[in-house]
This record gives sequence, C-alpha cells and structure tokens, in this order.
Amino acid sequence: MIKFKLNGKDVELNLDPSSRLLDVLRNYFNLTGPKEGCGEGECGACAVLLDGHIVHSCCLPLANIAEKEIVTIEGFSKTKRYQALASAMLEEGGSQCGICTPGMMIAAESLLNQNPKPSDEEIRIGISGNLCRCTGYNMIVKAIQTAAKKGDGLW
Amino acid sequence: MVKHVIPKNLQEALNYLYTSDYHVIAGGTDLMIQKRNSSDLPPLFNSNMIYLFNLEELKYVIKEETQLRIGSMTSLETLLHHDDVPQLLKDVIKEMASPGIRNMATLAGNIANASPAGDSLVPLYLMDALVVLSSVNQNRYLPIEKVIIGPRKTVIQNNELIKEIVIPIHNFTKTSWVKVGGRQADAISKVSFAGAVTIEDDHVTDFRIALGAVYMTIIRNRSFEKMYKKMSLKKFKKLIPDILIQYQELIKPIDDQRSNKLYRQQVALNLIKDFIEKI
Repeated sequence: MIKFKLNGKDVELNLDPSSRLLDVLRNYFNLTGPKEGCGEGECGACAVLLDGHIVHSCCLPLANIAEKEIVTIEGFSKTKRYQALASAMLEEGGSQCGICTPGMMIAAESLLNQNPKPSDEEIRIGISGNLCRCTGYNMIVKAIQTAAKKGDGLW
Repeated sequence: MVKHVIPKNLQEALNYLYTSDYHVIAGGTDLMIQKRNSSDLPPLFNSNMIYLFNLEELKYVIKEETQLRIGSMTSLETLLHHDDVPQLLKDVIKEMASPGIRNMATLAGNIANASPAGDSLVPLYLMDALVVLSSVNQNRYLPIEKVIIGPRKTVIQNNELIKEIVIPIHNFTKTSWVKVGGRQADAISKVSFAGAVTIEDDHVTDFRIALGAVYMTIIRNRSFEKMYKKMSLKKFKKLIPDILIQYQELIKPIDDQRSNKLYRQQVALNLIKDFIEKI
C-alpha cells in the first residue's frame, strides 16, 4: 500500500510500485492535465510538483512518492499563484495550442517557489525541460516575468 | 513475479540485498525509461526491485577538512544549490538534463548506470572521487575508475548499494568544463571535457584531464599528467603538440546517432589544446 498526498488529499493505492506516476494520475484519479508527450523525460508535458519541485511523472515510479506530496495542474489551479500565472500567460500570448501549458505552468511555479524574482536566463533554465513548438518561448518567458511582477508577494 | 520493496531505512535495505537478489533503483530517471513499456503499463523490470530514493539517511552533504561526503540519494538539483559543492561539479550538473529530471536524478544513479557519456562521471574522475559500496558485512571505498569497468559495467556486487560519494577537496587554480551536445538542456554528450590545473610560481604543480563519451569509460591518465608536474608553465605550453599526440592514442570514440568518430576525436583534442592554451 502506497500512501501520498495528492492535491491536498491523503490517498492510498495498492498498485505495482513501479507504475509510472503519470499513468496513476490519469487512470486512477482522472487527472488528465499531465500528459504523455515523449514518455522519456524530455518534453515536460507530464510535469507535476513533488513537495513543491518540478518532476517528470513519466519517469517517476509510484514507490518514490510514498509519503510525499504531489500537486498536479488541477490542484495548482485552485491557487492565487495559478491565477497570476494564467492571466500573465493570456496577456503575453504564452499559450497557443496549449499542450505544453500545464507543464509550463508547473515549471514556472517550481521556479518562482525557489526564486520569486528570476532573470530571463533563470526562467529559460527553469523551463528548459519543457518543450513548446508554438510560441518560440519568448512569450512564455515574458509571461513568467509578468506574473512575477504582478503577483509580487505571492511567491 | 518480480518483487518490489521500499525499505524504511538503510539497515533494512542492506538486509534485503543480503537475503535476495534485487536491482537497486534511485530516482528512476534512467531505469524507468530503459525498461519502458507501452503507455499505461508499468515498466518491464525483469528482476526484483528495491527503491532507495526516499531513504533520508542517504540524503546529505557533509563537508569535512579534506573531503566532501555526499549521500547517494541526494538529488542533483540539491547539489546544484548547495554551498559546499565544488564549482566544477555544479558547472557539470547545470548542463545535465533539466530541473525536473535533476530533482530525481542522483550521482549514484549516474555511476551505477555507467554510461560512457555520463556527465557527472567526468568531474568525479577528475577530482579522484571515491565510491562507498555498502553491504551488510562491510563498506568498500573504491576509486570511481575501479567501480566502472566498461559501458554499463560496474563491480558493484548484488548485495551492495552505493552509500556515499567522497570527493577530496582541491584548490585548483583553474577548472574547466565543456559539454558538446545537440542543445543546452536534455542533451546526451557527444564529447565532454573537464580540466584542472594548479599553478604555483609559474610552475605546473597539478594538471588533470578527463574526457567523456570518447571511449568505453571516462578517460583519465595519471601517468601522462605526472609528466608535466613541476614543469614551468612556459615549457608546458610549448609541449601542446606532444600532449595532443599522447591523448590521441587514448581517444577511441564510436559512431552513433549523436555523432561520429572523427568529429568526437578532433573536438576532444581541440578542447585539450584550448584548455592548456588559456591557462
């Protein structure tokens, strides 16, 4: 039996401990914000927060989250920080087709958690594990800057 | 049916390894992908698995007078932000994968995976790192080059786990790290280079080079390095062509999807030359 906290709630599962967290989230909790893009940790579409830090759920065995706290984009969407990031993404055109957006938001949250006033360079490092084929990244970098400024004090 | 166990502490982990065969998994960033199955299905592990990543006992960085001791389950991202970690190792970690992977990945995983292109191995070879292999009966302290004996081959026994990595503290005048990869993040090295040198009174007192992804294991040759110790810097720099000929003998890369032999060999030599010229 593996226990962990998921989006604020205590959960328990009796599953193969090697199961990918991504599959567990999508199939057992119907949390479809994290997506399978590459399935090998390179694209970041499956990103979630583990104790506040970004991780790629496609290469994370369930065993490694025992007693830890997982927040997906669905859980994060209930926070003020999410609101600040989402409106900045809208304002700056940081989301187009949208497939990378949940992962990008998780990467931004993980970065701002540690570094509330990042430089452009630090933002680029923060989102370096998340691929976006629409925006060319500049608009996402700008959106994270805008969120950091307008949401000042939230992080 | 393979068994999966999540030990609560180090002693329990060692007991499991003593009583039965288990494959150790740390962050899982290599193994979960190497054994990847179709979507929605757990990976195809064909041995019993023991999960060590959450052992808090193995997450530490301790600075002592002459060495730094790193607990094997410390994540790369933790090391990247830790004050006591040598800058050279941080320079390397900064270019490994991406933050999401670095939050799970470990030095121990990089060592046990024993890829010729494992980036963190290059500075560990350069800095004479020791790997502490623990079993119920003993701790073995082995230099990293005695642990990794070939591509994906190590001397780690079935009853052992990597408990700690010990890095001697150095006071180099200059260190350098160059990773040649397809892009800045999430790239596997085509060639990687680490160099370190100590200069006192215009004389070379320590000179080291380590190269990754150009041979079956990381290359480091202490007998070459010794030849230049106590030499004046001026004389040393004049010897660049000879040094390159020496190293050329050791650099035996392969052709693969990332790069080819000729490119890898030439770039590796260029990096050695550039490092020495800029001392």
